[in-house]
Amino acid sequence: MLSQKTLIRLAPWLVILALGILWEAVVVGFQVPEFLFPSLSAVWRSTLTHWDPIMMHATQTFLTTLAGFGIAVVVGLVLGAAVGSSPVIYKALYPLLVGFNSIPKVAFVPVLVVWFGIGTIPAILTAFLISFFPVVVNVATGLATLEPELEDVLRSLGASRLDILKKVGLPRAMPYFFASLKVAITLAFVGSVISETVASNLGIGYLMMAASSSMDMALVFAGLIVIGIMGVVMYELFAFAERRLTGWAHRNPNGAL
Amino acid sequence: MDFVRFENVSLAYQPGSPFAIEDVSLSIRENEFISLVGPSGCGKSTVMKLVTGLKPPSKGYVYVDGREVGGPQKCVGMAFQASNLLPWRTTLQNVMLPMEIVEPYRSTLRARRAEYEEQARALLKRVGLAGFENKFPWELSGGMQQRASICRALIHKPRLLMLDEPFGALDAFTREELWCMVRDLWQEEPFTVVLVTHDLREAVFLADTVYVMSKRPGRILVKREIDLPRPRDLEVTYTEPFAAYVHELREHIGHIRES
Repeated sequence: MLSQKTLIRLAPWLVILALGILWEAVVVGFQVPEFLFPSLSAVWRSTLTHWDPIMMHATQTFLTTLAGFGIAVVVGLVLGAAVGSSPVIYKALYPLLVGFNSIPKVAFVPVLVVWFGIGTIPAILTAFLISFFPVVVNVATGLATLEPELEDVLRSLGASRLDILKKVGLPRAMPYFFASLKVAITLAFVGSVISETVASNLGIGYLMMAASSSMDMALVFAGLIVIGIMGVVMYELFAFAERRLTGWAHRNPNGAL
Repeated sequence: MDFVRFENVSLAYQPGSPFAIEDVSLSIRENEFISLVGPSGCGKSTVMKLVTGLKPPSKGYVYVDGREVGGPQKCVGMAFQASNLLPWRTTLQNVMLPMEIVEPYRSTLRARRAEYEEQARALLKRVGLAGFENKFPWELSGGMQQRASICRALIHKPRLLMLDEPFGALDAFTREELWCMVRDLWQEEPFTVVLVTHDLREAVFLADTVYVMSKRPGRILVKREIDLPRPRDLEVTYTEPFAAYVHELREHIGHIRES
């Protein structure tokens, strides 16, 4: 018998395996033509055939995403700290931020292309624009929900606003911040791939665009799977960092489940 | 010389809104232990905010140590009903927090950290938390958290300790233990204490002087000196004079609630 713990650890792999088998069975069983929906084995063959270009484009997408995400983290932290620690800035910026976040970023790519030309820069900026919002909101929430008594304790010691931010505000906002990083990194992949699809000649988004225009559906699916894998890996990386650095918030100092 | 003096102090939190406290005058001697009691919402906590300078009075004057209060005081320790310990810091690190903020400790912390940490450990030991220095707050019981919170309020040797219902959330036995802890700390190295509480037995047991406040807007109705000999043992709470004090104060509160 499998123990509960092993089962939990194996569960995601079992689901992926089951889905893969189902995929293969449906496509082979119903003899779906490959230009509509390639089988998993066809996707795998295509991946091996095009290994080098896939890796090259994946690296491009990965670095683009990281660059956009990096800017989003810095801007998100600064904006979030400002919005969260000052009611005036909160009132002033919030409608603008929400409004901006409601704009579909794909609609914004053509503007970026006009400003910066086709290529890496619009992709980095789209990744940034789509992923900074959750960071701002979470950091601001973490700061704004500080207990008033705690603030009184510090102020009665003669602490400055900067002291309070450093000693209490930011450490307290860290769990919120890390939670937002997990969301932001996956959004950043969405942003960079959208931009590459619309306006680029590099990256997984471009590769999929080019492949679909030549009806090479196996390669399109290979691209989708590569993006998915990169997203999961980065998400897990930040989930791990979250558990290690803010274990106190989960009442679990060792960070192990 | 009075250490804390209120002269006809009123405070409205917003201009134009009704007063939270009205025309309060009181004076606290250096190293006196006073207690404020009264029905809920009578502005007891408002008095604390005024003494610590977190709020300026709307009318009247507040003096601490002979100087008018204008802005947050720097020589005050505070503890509340919730322990407000920082969950990402160990007990020892929590107690060390004021040392990172209050002068002259702040600027000498780098050079003398070991010495200050020794002081923090010694204080934790005095309140019975030896061996818990490296535990996180959520690994401690409610009573232990409150002990640590009071250590944090005292580590920088403030001349004034403000306690806002610090034992309110504890069970009766733990509460009595903590009364004795505060009594011992205060008796060994005296400082001025303002204790806000709902518990009349607590007020009579600990304080030199008990002030009864009225319903909102809060005024001082009764000032009662407690002439029980010190050091007071828990046994004193079962004696006739003690019961008489509590009974008398209870009657005042009863009148306020009826009016």
